[in-house]
Amino acid sequence: MSIQTTTATDIRRFEIEVSDAELADLRSRINATRWPDAETDPSQGVQLDVIQALAGYWATDYDWRRFEQRFAALPHFITEIDGVDIHFIHVRSEHEDALPLIVTHGWPGSTVEQLKIIDPLTDPTGHGASAADAFHLVIPSLPGHGFSEKPRETGWDPIRIARAWVVLMKRLGYTEFVAQGGDWGNAVTEQMALLKPDGLLGIHTNMPATVPPDVSKALAGGGPKPDGLAPDEDKAYDILEHFFATGVGYANEMGNRPQTLYGIADSPVGLAAWMLDHDERSYQLIARAFVGQPGGLSRDDVLDNVTHYWLTNTGVSSGRLYWESKLAFFDAKGVEIPVGVTVFPDELYPAPRSWAEKAYPKLIHFNEVDEGGHFAAWEQPQILSEEIRATFRSLR
Amino acid sequence: MPASTSPSSASSLRPPEAGVRPFTIDIPDEQIEDLRARLELTRWPGREPVADATQGVQLDTTRELIRYWGSEYDMRRLADRLNAVPQFTTEIDGVGIHFIHIKSRHEHALPLIITHGWPGSVIELLEVVGPLTDPTAHGGSAGDAFDLVLPSLPGYGFSAAPASVGWDPGRIAQAWAELMSRLGYTRYVAQGGDVGAAVTDTMAIQAPDGLAGIHLNFLRRPPPEVAAAIFGGAPEPEGLTEEERAAFGPFRAQFMKGYIAEQGQSPQTIGYSLTDSPVGLAAWILDHDADAYEKISRAFVDGEPAGGLTRDRILDNITLYWLTRTGTSAARIYWESQRATAAAAAAGQTPPAVSLPVAFTVFPGEIFRAPRSWAERVYPNLTYFNEVERGGHFAAWEEPEIFADEMRAAFRPLRLPDQT
Repeated sequence: MSIQTTTATDIRRFEIEVSDAELADLRSRINATRWPDAETDPSQGVQLDVIQALAGYWATDYDWRRFEQRFAALPHFITEIDGVDIHFIHVRSEHEDALPLIVTHGWPGSTVEQLKIIDPLTDPTGHGASAADAFHLVIPSLPGHGFSEKPRETGWDPIRIARAWVVLMKRLGYTEFVAQGGDWGNAVTEQMALLKPDGLLGIHTNMPATVPPDVSKALAGGGPKPDGLAPDEDKAYDILEHFFATGVGYANEMGNRPQTLYGIADSPVGLAAWMLDHDERSYQLIARAFVGQPGGLSRDDVLDNVTHYWLTNTGVSSGRLYWESKLAFFDAKGVEIPVGVTVFPDELYPAPRSWAEKAYPKLIHFNEVDEGGHFAAWEQPQILSEEIRATFRSLR
Repeated sequence: MPASTSPSSASSLRPPEAGVRPFTIDIPDEQIEDLRARLELTRWPGREPVADATQGVQLDTTRELIRYWGSEYDMRRLADRLNAVPQFTTEIDGVGIHFIHIKSRHEHALPLIITHGWPGSVIELLEVVGPLTDPTAHGGSAGDAFDLVLPSLPGYGFSAAPASVGWDPGRIAQAWAELMSRLGYTRYVAQGGDVGAAVTDTMAIQAPDGLAGIHLNFLRRPPPEVAAAIFGGAPEPEGLTEEERAAFGPFRAQFMKGYIAEQGQSPQTIGYSLTDSPVGLAAWILDHDADAYEKISRAFVDGEPAGGLTRDRILDNITLYWLTRTGTSAARIYWESQRATAAAAAAGQTPPAVSLPVAFTVFPGEIFRAPRSWAERVYPNLTYFNEVERGGHFAAWEEPEIFADEMRAAFRPLRLPDQT
């Protein structure tokens, strides 16, 4: 640590402070929710009984302080990179030879998604793995997300974020490291790989961008489907086609008009519904947490993340990443460094091995696991931890 | 006007008063107090990191709108304005339909049903009531008089929100034909822009007894190859003229906008923001098209309204959506339309040709200036086509005098000797 006056680019400890008044205001807004009538068809978005069950729990039994205690106990830091204060969690393994790993969340996620993988990755011997599998873990909040600053100028697309992450890892003194992500976290991680910075040994993705050019073109133009697709490719095509036809309203809106979403800054239920409606299968998983049998996500998991967005007032600022990015979300980008891919069955689309092999010439790991979806670290921390270990073992 | 004096018609089998009930609006004080309290407690996002409207509705605009709404706007004026015209409700196809019905004092006035769009309401149309029903007081002649029927779309304003699916433009068009018949009208014309254009176009396709012709101020249904490119993602058609290309670009851009996808896919999801947050509703309504947003923004930020788009009238419309809690149900018409379009496409159906007379007016600030060549192809019996000097997407609201002139000119050839 420096003995000089602290400067913005120093790494500063960060303490989370949420006042009782903010929590009281949130609760009173939830209690005052003004509701629409029920949907006339289940396919019209977040259903009234689900969001009312969520709001009922949120305003009564849900306890932010319980989460905050656990969250604040982690080592949080802030450092300014490229003019923006970046928040990150930095947990060093007690194993000194651990491999440094930067894990990037997506939307509507946050560092809250990654908390369950911290212990298995930094303390493998306490979680059924060997000391040789240990990682030093860096978990940043994307600009405009969580406790990172909201950029006041444009230009913070995944490419600029990727550059900032490289700066962050160097600033932390890591000369060799690996990177991981899904959703926007994948976009940023793949951009880091394309930069090929000194020290980046490889990446792991749980939402790989593998779609070949001919398939991408057919999807964008409304068909026809390219000839000769293998059965798993054909299935991926159909799922992507359905997704683009029915599941991109939120992405279009945030991609074009993020500022128009004043309602998600002003209304807790408006924010929660907007965040729940990411993709069909994660919505169904979350809906089951509130009405039905919970799966990989609990009511508290969901509300920890939504409340985190609410308290940091980042609904609109996080949406701006869609406006900033000009990258095709699922198209293969030409990553040349070593890549590990894990296909979770309920992800937006199941990447076929054949596409992954073409997209990533140095595919060092490919596995289709049995359970989990879009929020892999959050839903299936054990599986994702094992996949990350398996991917990077050969790069140590 | 009591419903019992609705016009009679020898050909109408049903007594004209059947099921038509006079309607007045009464807004409880507590609803207004609740709205004011929410406006005061608005929780704001940060400022957009751009100096223009490219990221959506700007913070300066919404801040001024919310300030004016909460402190200067007269919350009573909405009810006063609507109660100043004769309103009715009647149940059609299981849904209570609200409508304004003004009979001209001139005999042989031509009955005209005008359908509003999204994010509009009957508020859009109030300023054309005088010029159309009482032309002699507004620079026209008695021979230009219309009887006006201004319904609220299902799920909008004081019409009921359907509890089941299926209320696409086709079903609404059928309901409108029933409404006109129920009012005793045996020969009438129809007009619309935006969603109103979709309904009115569908009425022309269905060609119910009595419908003599239509007028549109939005070309909702372009030629097939243009439609395939705009709605189906096909490449830009080859061989477009310069005028057609100038229309194609903004038309396609509008249909790629987020509100269309969101309301078409997840109306219920955005509906929670629209129902719980006044600023959420207002911003969503303001962000329809670039020209209208710029005009509305100017009315608030610079105090310079364009035509009829004054702060008060803009807030009349937003307050109507708020008080009737119809943000979600109104958005649902996009879900219904997309579902109907997809079903027709899957069945390989193309709309039958329209043989009725069709009139079209291009308002220059509209999302795109419809080329005459497209209008002629879609409507072979195009009887009137004109481009006017001013006005945009909310034509009747922005430029009521021009709009009224267009109605008179467009429908003059369709009047029978005893209707002139």
